[in-house]
Amino acid sequence: MRVDVSVNGQARGADVEPRLLLVDFIRSELRLTGTHIGCDTSGCGACTVLLDGEPIKSCSMLAVQADGHELTTVEGLASGAELHPVQAGFHEEHGLQCGFCTPGMMLVAAALLERNPEPTEEEIRWAISGNICRCTGYVNIVKSVQHAARLRAAAGAVASAAGGER
Amino acid sequence: MVPAAFDYRSPASLDEALGLLGEHGDDAKLVAGGQSLIPLLKLRFAAPALLVDLARVPGLAGVEPGPDEIRIGARTRHVDVERDQRLSRLCPLLSEAAPQIADPLVRNRGTVGGSLCHADPSGDWGAVMLALDARLDARSRTGERVIAAADLFDGPFTTTLRPDEVLTGIRVPIADNGRRSGGAYLKLERKVGDFATVGVAVHVTLTGGVVERAGIGLTAVGPTNLRAVEAERSLAGREPTDEAISDAARLAAEAAQPKDDVRGSADYKRDVVRVFVQRGLRRALAGATGGLA
Repeated sequence: MRVDVSVNGQARGADVEPRLLLVDFIRSELRLTGTHIGCDTSGCGACTVLLDGEPIKSCSMLAVQADGHELTTVEGLASGAELHPVQAGFHEEHGLQCGFCTPGMMLVAAALLERNPEPTEEEIRWAISGNICRCTGYVNIVKSVQHAARLRAAAGAVASAAGGER
Repeated sequence: MVPAAFDYRSPASLDEALGLLGEHGDDAKLVAGGQSLIPLLKLRFAAPALLVDLARVPGLAGVEPGPDEIRIGARTRHVDVERDQRLSRLCPLLSEAAPQIADPLVRNRGTVGGSLCHADPSGDWGAVMLALDARLDARSRTGERVIAAADLFDGPFTTTLRPDEVLTGIRVPIADNGRRSGGAYLKLERKVGDFATVGVAVHVTLTGGVVERAGIGLTAVGPTNLRAVEAERSLAGREPTDEAISDAARLAAEAAQPKDDVRGSADYKRDVVRVFVQRGLRRALAGATGGLA
């Protein structure tokens, strides 16, 4: 069965069996291995990707269900050599230890900041509540997201100042 | 994990979906958000020959408040109920329950109707719809029928929907201006995303300081979501005094049929039901009277 998707802005497609899971499509067909398989039972959030901008578990969705939709994986966060504010935040605040949950955490954080640019600590904690960090590094993950929010706000202020000079 | 092989169809209309169900009967399985079904397919607890995806069928998603009822399309996602600001005023029980379901990632895919049709005794919407006395619209090739929430659950993971029927929407009655209503959903879970240890849905409608109707639904303490009928009856027509609340809580605990498991003993869960019904009623009554809990 044919599946055509947009992945990180690129049109990609393949013929797949209906039973192929989205996470296996992303990793094996599209060769984007930044999306991790953790529990494989919908319990951990390591396989989180963005479907039309919203975080979902790619282990609990079929590739055929993504046909015609937009996917963003962790590989799609950076723009060339420039880190996404969330990536910069995780770097700055040591938001990763073993790194296994990191792609899912960053995608959830990126989606949160799109919807809510100034989240409270509690809102951040609820947003990542479907993603498990087995290093239990939640304190630094929350700090990383807060850092990313500040970077976005600063970039927005610069952009609007630049816009005002025109 | 890999599901057993199946055929997949994604019909573009309800008629087409109903046709596929009519043709394939029990061999076909409907999928909406798939947040329960796909894990079951992976574990091979379910192995349908055909999966009929409702994703492209128009008219199945969305929340529409009307003058005397709120219509929730069966394919409306949990997150869409959670974020609907209108509902926190119109029906706080819906707004309280939605963010307590599963985890944020599941709520971005899982649907209200899918959850009801899955009929997991630990499902949250079942208790909510029982408390609200919701009406469910079911369509088949031969026509349409309305199922009362109280008549939906037939056993664990089993509903009274026929294999050729599609749940299209849920209708929740709302109180008119002369009456005041309030609701609350209380859930005990070990961690976000775990199945409920106990859940209690409460909805009350007041007329002139007297309870006109109380709805109490229970989660994870029986073979299906349960309605605490005796507790509801004990409140109807009564002033909501501390004594009335205690009586109802005791009757609801008696209606629960919990079992010992890893989440707690039956006695413990029964007592949680009692405490949650008390707290839920107080909060729902506070909402109905516009006061503070």
